[in-house]
Amino acid sequence: MSPSSIALTVIFIIVVSGSAIGFYAGTRHKMSLEQWTVGSRGFGPLLMWLLMAGETYTTFSFLGASGWAYSRGGPALYILAYLPLSYVISFFILPPIWEMGREHGLQTQPDFFLVRYRNKYLTAFVAVVGVVFIIPYLQIQLTGLGIIVEIASFDAIERTQAMIIAVALLAGFVFVSGIRAVAWVSVPKDILMVLAAVTIGIAVPRIYFGGIGPMFAAIARSHPAHLVMPGATTNLNHGWYISTVLLTAMGAGMWPQSFGASFTARNAETLRRNAVVMPLYNLSLAFIFFTGFAAYLTIPGLTNGDLSLLTIVRQAFPAWMLGVIGGAGALTAMVPAAVLILTASTLFSKNLYRPIFAPGMSDDQVARLARVIVVVLSLISLVLAIYSSTTLVSLLLLGYAGVTQFFPGVVLGLFWKRATMGGVFGGMVAGVVCAALLILSNRDPLAGVNAGFVALCLNFAIAISVSIVVTSRQRNLEAAPTGRRNAR
Amino acid sequence: MKPSLWAIVVALIPFCAMCFSVSAWDRIYPMVLGLPFNFFWLLLWIVLTSVCMGAIYRIESLRASKAASRSSERNPQ
Repeated sequence: MSPSSIALTVIFIIVVSGSAIGFYAGTRHKMSLEQWTVGSRGFGPLLMWLLMAGETYTTFSFLGASGWAYSRGGPALYILAYLPLSYVISFFILPPIWEMGREHGLQTQPDFFLVRYRNKYLTAFVAVVGVVFIIPYLQIQLTGLGIIVEIASFDAIERTQAMIIAVALLAGFVFVSGIRAVAWVSVPKDILMVLAAVTIGIAVPRIYFGGIGPMFAAIARSHPAHLVMPGATTNLNHGWYISTVLLTAMGAGMWPQSFGASFTARNAETLRRNAVVMPLYNLSLAFIFFTGFAAYLTIPGLTNGDLSLLTIVRQAFPAWMLGVIGGAGALTAMVPAAVLILTASTLFSKNLYRPIFAPGMSDDQVARLARVIVVVLSLISLVLAIYSSTTLVSLLLLGYAGVTQFFPGVVLGLFWKRATMGGVFGGMVAGVVCAALLILSNRDPLAGVNAGFVALCLNFAIAISVSIVVTSRQRNLEAAPTGRRNAR
Repeated sequence: MKPSLWAIVVALIPFCAMCFSVSAWDRIYPMVLGLPFNFFWLLLWIVLTSVCMGAIYRIESLRASKAASRSSERNPQ
């Protein structure tokens, strides 16, 4: 067998058996809307952990993190810092969100806003913004998958074909088994991804430099500036680092799919325990960085840094190992893509279509519509991934800046009784518009600070000040003598 | 239930260590275990973040069980 057919066979076996687990996961359960979207709120600690790890560690961890280490250097360290900190925040906000979810039967992020702020326009806005930022995130996963499979199979299969096969499989298992499929496909995905990351992170520096220590010593001698901020960039300095870490740590849980995943937990305790152990999983990312830094010295000059990991792995490893890494990479794209499609379909059907066009729809009808939307959305994302390609991280950063604008509404809504609908809505609209304007007009970073963080500060300021003004006016009205009110 | 002051104070420790103090640790030397200092520092704090979270978990569950026993004293069933 030629190297390319060996690699392709291994990739194929991994992807197909992973998907088979997904199809099987839901067959013993009747797929009501509640079962399909939140697994009937029955996930224990292990499934919950798998689901969270499964959807957080995406192709961005695989290609983007090594790409940042390769082409930017020091600023890449933000990726190591923000996820552990996001779990610190999740410890405080997810359990009360879960309690509210059980009490009111919440299944999605817009559901939360509807129950807390009782305004259908705010809810629709949250749903629309969620879907709008999910789509580029979804496209990134598919583009990443295409690149991974194409390179790992020695170009035996073209990226478009790889994307079509993968989307067909993942749309199938989401359609059949819903959120349970996502959690169970995460089992092979997480095991293979950690194994692949540790293997290449140790082996690549060893092959080219004799170890991780000698590799860093060599970079410190020849390119010391690459290892600290701002690295190869001119404007990603410490102010940018602090604002970006804060923004992304607050934003990680605000992605509609992460927010919604917390409703699958069996109880709030599960979410608290998860927050204690989740940071440790992040250690595996360090090995991806080692590979990116090794590529920086051995294969300099790649125009697309996202390809550095795969390029060096293709030079260093035998075909079967490349197949394992390709298969792990493919699943690492498919699991997040699956949960993104599931979430966007539910947002569209439950929080946009039903309230606007068909208020009389039953939950079963919503579930049926959502499953049709899974197919439609899969096709749309496939077309987007085939006809446009962008570097992975910049799109993700626009998405992060966008979804983080939900954070004030969530945190103030949970812990501050005076937070009002008007304040939160106004802050959120201002934050989304400000982030989009700054980033799309290339003003990110703004004066050395992450533009999304600037927008978030504006958002908080508006939400808090409007809420204070509105509630103190209400208090004055209530305190006013009743005679005057009657006279009016 | 709102988080206790102690839980929030402990939660701020990882933020100070991994985020706000970046100027103090973003350097190459001294290298530790073959890693540049900034790299080593962050990996160390990924582990210590879990330790802090374990402490917060203890603080909050102690407080929850105290609150539960107090309310059952007040309203004996």
